[in-house]
Amino acid sequence: MAAVRTSSEVAFNRAAIAAVLVATLIFLAPIYWIASTAFKPKELAVSVPPTVLFQPEVTPFIRLFTKRVQMQKPVDPQVYEAAPWWEKRIYDGGERVLKVGKDVQLSQYPDRFMNSLIVAVISTVLAVGMGTFTAYGFSRFKIAGEADLLFFILSTRMLPPVVVAIPMFLMYRMVGLNDSHIGLIILYVAFNLSFSVWLMKGFMDEIPKEYEEAALVDGYTRMQAFFKIVLPEAATGIAATAVFCFITAWNEYAFALIMTNRRAQTAPPFIPSQIGSGLPDWTTIAAGTFLFLLPVAIFTFLLRNHLLRGVTFGAIRK
Amino acid sequence: MASVALTNLDPASRAAARGWSDLTIRNLFIIPTLVFLIVFNIFPLIYSLGYSFTNFAANRSEPWQFVGLQNYRELLSDDHIWSNFVITAKYVIVSVAGQMVVGFGLALLLNRSFPMKGLITTLLLLPMMMSAAVVGLFWQLLYSPSWGPINYVFGLGDFAWLSNPDSALYAVAITDIWMWSPFVMLLSLAGLSAVPQHLYEAAAIDRAGWWYTFTRITLPLVSPILLIALIFRTMEAFKTFDIAYTMTTQPTAELIAIRLYKQAFQQWDTGKSCALAYIVLIMVLAITNLYVKYLNKVKER
Repeated sequence: MAAVRTSSEVAFNRAAIAAVLVATLIFLAPIYWIASTAFKPKELAVSVPPTVLFQPEVTPFIRLFTKRVQMQKPVDPQVYEAAPWWEKRIYDGGERVLKVGKDVQLSQYPDRFMNSLIVAVISTVLAVGMGTFTAYGFSRFKIAGEADLLFFILSTRMLPPVVVAIPMFLMYRMVGLNDSHIGLIILYVAFNLSFSVWLMKGFMDEIPKEYEEAALVDGYTRMQAFFKIVLPEAATGIAATAVFCFITAWNEYAFALIMTNRRAQTAPPFIPSQIGSGLPDWTTIAAGTFLFLLPVAIFTFLLRNHLLRGVTFGAIRK
Repeated sequence: MASVALTNLDPASRAAARGWSDLTIRNLFIIPTLVFLIVFNIFPLIYSLGYSFTNFAANRSEPWQFVGLQNYRELLSDDHIWSNFVITAKYVIVSVAGQMVVGFGLALLLNRSFPMKGLITTLLLLPMMMSAAVVGLFWQLLYSPSWGPINYVFGLGDFAWLSNPDSALYAVAITDIWMWSPFVMLLSLAGLSAVPQHLYEAAAIDRAGWWYTFTRITLPLVSPILLIALIFRTMEAFKTFDIAYTMTTQPTAELIAIRLYKQAFQQWDTGKSCALAYIVLIMVLAITNLYVKYLNKVKER
């Protein structure tokens, strides 16, 4: 902007900043709503008018992690007194925690959460590992039909998941990979690999060729130069690519819905299935959603300078 | 395929003399990825192409029969399928148009310096990083008829956004606009920050008005990147499954991907669903081709 500003320009600028703040509040309201519902007493989650400010409690998270049943009659005061604080919160709601002997029975949520973590981490490591090598190959060597190969690689990413899922479901059924972690990991690697190649190629292209050439002159082999010079230079790019792949696998729904139902089911198909019939307990669902969204929110902040690159497959950088 | 393509290396490469040759390394780095993608993406598609010419049903053990092009013929003359495509087209137009307007609008507002700009921009980007299925779930809470905050704020009483046949599709589109406007905003911001400042200074010296500056300088220079955002969002909106599937069961909001899912995994009409998958696939590949073409164009600049 020009150094001298007219008063109308200043006013316009202020109005624009005010509008940004209002827009930000509107955009964050749904996120605030789900996060706050996770800490609400049950009756406030569905109150009319909606409750904005309240005394937060962690009871929804206790319900999220435990198996419970409705109590037919009030709890024995002695049992109540002897119970730990978190169990009292469940008794307060007219329910009791199911136990086998002394062991508290956990709900399915921690299992599903772990499944998401296992599948997302392993598929990310494989997709980024393979993608880094391939991106280096495309970045440094002459390849006939390079543009076509790269288009082929990217086009696999654009396939609608349900389209790929139909034949994969049939093939997995034949080899017994349905409802298995390995089955889901393979699908997520296939899905993320093209993304990782494209993004890493952008990062590789930015590392000057002269670095390796100097190393080759000094007597390094090409492989040594790759591992000792290129990989350390590409560390930031690898980290950013990994976070993107992790988020994609973590969020994925269609494949998980179709390929898993119990043992290997991940959180995205599980969380909506909790609604079930009747009046849903929104506080518990919100608690599960909150924990599930938390890692993504943290990663978004860590990734903030690479988001543009990530969403354009490395084509556009700042 | 790949090994034929990979044959002309720089003969002057010094590393060729030591350790593995560049040719070996190149093949070692590239071929596994290509093989993996062919095995797990292309082979399944060939497999389902075969099934698309049969009456195979995955939940029955009776032998299937070859039916030629019958599945394709039936699908293309099925009014139900056409209505799914019409619903999808409506959804794509409403949600992508909404995202372009809201996203570009936000970018225009953000394109100035003010305190905490970085933090606010990152906060605005949060929705697009979230799982669409989970976003669909918690918007159900927001849209709840009697006690949902949206109806309360707008004074809509117990209007049932998601179970009303007339509004279900638009309710999903609004959620999609919320989720993906940040994507358009992010790309637009990059486009806006690349417009050379001296053009604006020259316009200011000429006393050009805001509208003139906007239509003659800003818009033409940002349009290539806006086009990228438009094509990418169109492609993604066309494929939408998660968000609509978790939000509503209304037939008026049955997008083509949901129809495909139901045909394959609820009606178990496997052969026909493979044929429908191919029809969808060809449409998606056409848009992808366009997308990559423009992406390469923008990249070269």
